[in-house]
Amino acid sequence: MSALSLAGLQAGYDPDLPIIKGVSFNVEKGEAVCILGPNGAGKSTMIKAIAGLVPCFGGQVRLGETDITCMPSHLLARNGMGFVPQTENIFTRLSIFENLQIAAQLLPKPERAGRIEAMLDMFPDLAARPRELAGALSGGQRQMLAAARALLTEPEVLMLDEPSAGLSPKLVGQVFDTLGRISDAGVTLVLVEQNVRAALTLTERALVLVDGKLAHDGPTDVLHDGKFLGELFLGHRAAEATR
Amino acid sequence: MNPQAIIDGLIAGSTIGLGAIGLTLTYSILRFANFTHGDFLAWGAYLTLTVAGVLGGLAAGLGAPVYPFSFGWGLPLAMLGGVALTVALTLGLDRVLFGRLRARGADAIIIVMASFGASMALRSLLEFIFTAKPAYFTKALQIAKPLGLGMRATPDQLLVIGLTALLVLALHLLVTRSATGRAMRAVSENPSLAGVYGVDVGKVVRVTWIIGAGMACIAGVMAGLLVQIRPYMGFDLLLPLFSAAILGGIGSIPGAMLGGLIIGLSEAFAVQIIGAEWRAAISFIILVIVLMLRPQGLFGQKEA
Amino acid sequence: MEILAYAAFFLTIALTYAIICLGLNVQWGQTGLFNVGIAGFVGLGAYVSAALTTPDAAERIGGFDLPIVLGWLAAMVAGGLLALAVGLLTLRMRSDYLAITTFGIAVALQLVFQNTESLTGGAFGMAFIPRPFSGLQGEPIAFNALNLGLTALVVLVLYVLLEHLLRSPWGRALRAVREDEVAAQALGKNPILLRIQAFALGGAIMALAGAVQAHFIGFIAPGNYLPMMTFQVWAMLIVGGSGNNRGAILGAVLVWAIWALSGTLISEIFPADQQARAASLQIVIIGVMLCAILLWRPQGILPEVRSVSRHLGLRNKDN
Repeated sequence: MSALSLAGLQAGYDPDLPIIKGVSFNVEKGEAVCILGPNGAGKSTMIKAIAGLVPCFGGQVRLGETDITCMPSHLLARNGMGFVPQTENIFTRLSIFENLQIAAQLLPKPERAGRIEAMLDMFPDLAARPRELAGALSGGQRQMLAAARALLTEPEVLMLDEPSAGLSPKLVGQVFDTLGRISDAGVTLVLVEQNVRAALTLTERALVLVDGKLAHDGPTDVLHDGKFLGELFLGHRAAEATR
Repeated sequence: MNPQAIIDGLIAGSTIGLGAIGLTLTYSILRFANFTHGDFLAWGAYLTLTVAGVLGGLAAGLGAPVYPFSFGWGLPLAMLGGVALTVALTLGLDRVLFGRLRARGADAIIIVMASFGASMALRSLLEFIFTAKPAYFTKALQIAKPLGLGMRATPDQLLVIGLTALLVLALHLLVTRSATGRAMRAVSENPSLAGVYGVDVGKVVRVTWIIGAGMACIAGVMAGLLVQIRPYMGFDLLLPLFSAAILGGIGSIPGAMLGGLIIGLSEAFAVQIIGAEWRAAISFIILVIVLMLRPQGLFGQKEA
Repeated sequence: MEILAYAAFFLTIALTYAIICLGLNVQWGQTGLFNVGIAGFVGLGAYVSAALTTPDAAERIGGFDLPIVLGWLAAMVAGGLLALAVGLLTLRMRSDYLAITTFGIAVALQLVFQNTESLTGGAFGMAFIPRPFSGLQGEPIAFNALNLGLTALVVLVLYVLLEHLLRSPWGRALRAVREDEVAAQALGKNPILLRIQAFALGGAIMALAGAVQAHFIGFIAPGNYLPMMTFQVWAMLIVGGSGNNRGAILGAVLVWAIWALSGTLISEIFPADQQARAASLQIVIIGVMLCAILLWRPQGILPEVRSVSRHLGLRNKDN
């Protein structure tokens, strides 16, 4: 039984104009996979559809044994799914501590304080001034908080939408180091990324989405093949031009 | 300048403030200016009146005034019933009208328009059921006791001011310290992110309506107790309510209360100079000044 | 014969409401602005025009004795200026602040109409407002028919001008701003300026309607310009079809007919001492109707071809 499996998922904002046009794949427990693809392919839409933020019109999504197709996002958090959106992924008007407290609300009362402590230990930058408004954090620190919040409930599967977006290369390195530790700890990771190089440091498997459909599902070493990538992303003709 | 205006202003301000709290909460969490809110005050007063009548029919002793107030135990008991019924009314209205418009993604301005239509219907329904003739919770007269500095207040009036202070404190603690309050603030900033965090947004919406309706009912009962009950009582307060909420900063409970007090006091002092018939213009002038100088209000966030 | 006179009278009033709706359509249908103070603009136009054209009156300003046409023009200027002021204040902000401010304007103006006797006649209002074709007042059919013709002419001229404006570069820019503000800005359009202009135009038209009404009836009082009127006009536009000038006219006539009919029905059913109470039932009906239309047929009877329904949250399958 896979940690996350999609079967023929169709999703989008308008039922007559699906953005995801029937995507199927399985992610096994402990794997780290990366979803790549050209702009407009629907990578973000797909991950949001799984996370319950974009309507699904067809197919099925399972988290372990549970059918989570079209499940509202707040229930997913309770079912072992963590999702970190790309932008606006923390509450800037609440304090760092309060951001974590909201997530902790999903846990039984005795566990809450302990898990918040654990997250602050894992991300010392956040522990420095936890009562400060999250809006005062820098870009990299915000990503830390967003990740900490998602990890607080110990999800089985953690999905991230372009965690490197808007960050300097050094920060990207830090973020992916942290993600590496999380992956080593056994969390299943699903990553949407534009930054192929950073993604390659972390994931062994690449799912390439082109125009709402899965064009490739396999090991990441093919990504080093420029011609292959060109064919995938830009269509056959462009690949010929690079010859 | 008659210092009695301070008492008058505090009392009017308490009613406006309590009403404005409900308005500012629904405004910031549900993201629309609810023109029906004034009518929740009126409905709260009338529903409480009805329940009081029923209770009085069941147990005559409940109507007898309890010293030093002008009303008996019947009124607070009836108010509990009134709050429950007002909450039911607002939840029902949300289920039938606002929620449906939200679910299909209607622009906020359409929901505002619907609230405008609903407000006229609700107000006129009150007039149809109860007629336009003013009604009262109690016929007992009260003597105003001197407070010093040339001010006088009846025990009822002091109770209203005290109760308002308690309610505002309780609500402020709820919003800043409790899990529910955190969830409300989260939804007010970003509803879809709140869902991702695990917050049940539908539940937060219901809680918001409940608090708003409860405060509106209590404010309506206060106004009905100290002045009179009539179908247009809520609508006539709508402009002061909006002005108070905007003055305080949308989403801020202390702000709404402070805004209400400022407006109440301004009205009380201004009518000494320009006459009571111009009362309604005061809150309008304050609104214009706020929009010109500091649109985010005293405690609000700057709009992006 | 009396029926004819009454029908002409009824239709004339309905058409004055159509003028208001046309003005509202510029603000809402073309520009998406929610004006909750319509009654204030209408009243302003009525009072300005009346003040300039009525003969001398004891306790208030008057005696300018200007021709009706000038009164109407002055009304339009006043309405346009007021709308301009409101627009400048609120159009940079969220759209519901405009709604709240216009609401406040109507309340404030109502107070002025009610309380400044030296300007407006206070609770007594203004009487002896010169009526068009006043020489024929003795012959109801001719009088009402001619006034109907005049009002219909005003509506027609407005309709033609507004339709022309819709298709003009200005109208297209307005539509661009409504449908995609960012793109329109990138093309050099100034959304705030366009909105202010549209709001001012709508305000001027509403004030004109007030003036036309005032001169037809011959007297005005503060009680004519209550939130009830704002509410009726909104119901008219939404029912008729917002975004659509034909819808505005249709809605005005239709809702006015429903209003008059329900009024007659209610006065038949309810005994005399319950009349005031029963009148509130009329309002409940209109209020419920407005909400029902917003829920089930938000585009109104005559839907707009463009995408105002996008705001209403419908997926526009006919696009």
